Amino acid sequence: MEEKKLYTLLVYSENIAGILNQITAVFTRRQVNIESLNVSASSIPGVHKYTITAWSDEDQIVKITKQIEKKIDVVKANYFTDDQLFIRESGLYKLSTQDVLNNPEISRTIRRHDASIIEVNPTYSIVMKYGVTDHIISLYRALDEFGCVLQYTRSGRIAVTRGMQEEVSKFLEQREQSTEQSGNGGEI
Amino acid sequence: MITGSEALMRALQNEGVETIFGYPGGSIMPVYDALYDYTRGPQKAFDHILVRHEQGATHAAEGYARVTGRVGVALVTSGPGATNTLTGVADAMLDSTPIVVIAGQVPIGALGTDAFQEVDLVGVAQPISKWSYQIRHAEDIAWAVSRAFYIARSGRPGPVVLDFPKNAQTEMVVFKPRHVDFVRSYVAYPELDHDAVARAATLINQARKPLALVGQGVELGNAQEELRHFLEKADIPAGRTMLGLSALPSNHPLNVGMLGMHGNYAPNLKEQECDVLIAIGMRFSDRVTGNLKTYARQAKVIHLDIDRSEIDKNVRTDVAVVADCKESLPALTALIQKGDHSEWRQSFLPLAELERQKVIEPAIHPANGPLLMGEVVNAVAELSPDDTILVTDVGQNQLFATRYFKYHHQRSICTSGGLGTMGYGMPAAIGATFGAPNRTVCCFMGDGGFQMCIEELGTIMEQQAPVKMILLNNHYLGNVRQWQDMFWQRRKSFTRMMNPCYELIAQGYGIPYQAVTERRCLRDAVSKMLSSPGPYIMECAILEDDDVMPMTPPGMSVSDMMLEPGV
Ligand SMILES: Cc1ncc(C[n+]2csc(CCOP(=O)(O)OP(=O)(O)O)c2C)c(N)n1
Ligand SMILES: [Mg+2]
Repeated sequence: MEEKKLYTLLVYSENIAGILNQITAVFTRRQVNIESLNVSASSIPGVHKYTITAWSDEDQIVKITKQIEKKIDVVKANYFTDDQLFIRESGLYKLSTQDVLNNPEISRTIRRHDASIIEVNPTYSIVMKYGVTDHIISLYRALDEFGCVLQYTRSGRIAVTRGMQEEVSKFLEQREQSTEQSGNGGEI
Repeated sequence: MITGSEALMRALQNEGVETIFGYPGGSIMPVYDALYDYTRGPQKAFDHILVRHEQGATHAAEGYARVTGRVGVALVTSGPGATNTLTGVADAMLDSTPIVVIAGQVPIGALGTDAFQEVDLVGVAQPISKWSYQIRHAEDIAWAVSRAFYIARSGRPGPVVLDFPKNAQTEMVVFKPRHVDFVRSYVAYPELDHDAVARAATLINQARKPLALVGQGVELGNAQEELRHFLEKADIPAGRTMLGLSALPSNHPLNVGMLGMHGNYAPNLKEQECDVLIAIGMRFSDRVTGNLKTYARQAKVIHLDIDRSEIDKNVRTDVAVVADCKESLPALTALIQKGDHSEWRQSFLPLAELERQKVIEPAIHPANGPLLMGEVVNAVAELSPDDTILVTDVGQNQLFATRYFKYHHQRSICTSGGLGTMGYGMPAAIGATFGAPNRTVCCFMGDGGFQMCIEELGTIMEQQAPVKMILLNNHYLGNVRQWQDMFWQRRKSFTRMMNPCYELIAQGYGIPYQAVTERRCLRDAVSKMLSSPGPYIMECAILEDDDVMPMTPPGMSVSDMMLEPGV
């Protein structure tokens, strides 16, 4: 057995209904859990970007990536390890205001973790932190030790590659050229 | 302005559709109303074949597609009509068969309300189809239909499902024909990598014991000629997968037989001895490879396939050439040297001879005892015209039929390989008669599978579709019974089956029928069946507990292939 690692998939698709379903079905079929998922418009008009993380070994993630890319309306799918990406997530921590006031260590912990307080009212306060997964989780662990956390949530990962150009733009350029040759412009 | 339903007719016409297999219902009534005018009189554009079950429509579309290379079309209603097509869609997906299923749907305003006969067809079809799409408005019809046909037939073909809500069927639209031959997110024909071809050629030129594995990709790419040139120049022996059987004629000197669990002995054993394995348009299915951990470990592997996701999926390749084999094979042929592997090829012969003596002769020329499937198939193969199309159902009948039939002509086999769908045979054979009206269509079925789409006898009757049905009746779900005998201590759990009187059934449908119980009557009966003009049922009383051999037991290595049960 190869070692399992956290992989990040970047998937680009046409803006057609039902694609997310098709992507997640590739994971479901192999009973691989998706750790986090973020969907948004990409920098290319009409193209959606999915950032998906999952624990897997390389052999399996290669196959998953190929099966996803095989879907007709998926433009491109690639997998990455953390060192190939610039990654951000965010965490929201809802704390009891009374606890925060009673224990000054809590505020110090928040500052030490480079997080910010974005809302305070008499019952609760909201802390937000951007960063990589580990840092967001470690702030949660630290706060949890004070017993002051009412709610906690972590976002899906967003990531950009460390390379210069989005590979997908290159691919689309090539595709546009081939359609001009075939005289069938404007079709998607 | 025309209705969406008529726009669908025009769009289908635009795609060159001639035959539609279908079954009407509430949510597709506007389309059937439009179809009325398009199937008769001056506007006639299509033949519509009314099937008896929507599963039959999809298998018929598959059979049609297999023998023509064109897209088969099934037209059904929403809800149960749509779900009845799913087996055929899954079958077409696994066997790369181009079909388009068009299903009615409730109007978009009613979607999500659990309206009568509402099923989320796109949702359920997505994982088992190449593409599924809901045509929500009439103005999308021209584009969606053309895109559907392009996707179904191009690249690695497959099934496309179009969900067609009723509002789009009745909306008015100005029809502008579209011709989609480009989908930017979908590379149907990957560009040939000439470096990879060169690396493959080097491996082939250095090989001393090369073996080619020929799959259906060769037929799908219409590359039968290109395959022959390649094999002949390099002098490489070739095994064919079950779906690739007619990609290389049976009597070609380089053909060494069928691959797989019940294929021929020599190519299976030689997979473990060759030094270069050249897979052409095949997907290393587990039925071909047996245990992957021990499969062809000694060989360098070259894989030619149009579908990138097949590369390294089951077997690790040394060189992958991702392209249409119509293009990659000639490129490869140009770079290889003229080969001579006669010594290597000779080494197949003793194994083939052993199989002939131990398995083939006793199967096709038995001296006494009840009729055997092998001899029936052999008789049909010998007496039928060379361009006969073999259709099979699933089970022992399929394995005997594919083993002992002879293939002389391209696109001569329709069988359910990947999904192994019992019930496929009869409707697929109907489709084949419409796709190839000038060829003889022989359909081998077991007593189990015959009853799985038996309702299509109604279609055969109504159309007088000239399907020569050969019912190999062993009173068992024979293939499962064989496994029970071989691997489950002979505990025959629910595989013995009580059969109806098939003669009465044939009579009920007005289909000529003949029973064959004795060996000496077999050839005459076959000739009579073949010379009678319309449909025909020939029921053969088959030895109840015959086994298909050779066999690689499930999970074992291809080198563990057994020539006799229990040895
Ligand atoms: C729809 C479906 N159900 C079950 C099976 C499992 N199965 C494979 S072969 C077989 C027996 C087929 O019996 P019959 O049609 O009589 O053919 P025989 O093997 O006896 O020739 C069965 C049940 C299948 N392949 N397809
Ligand atoms: Mg049977």
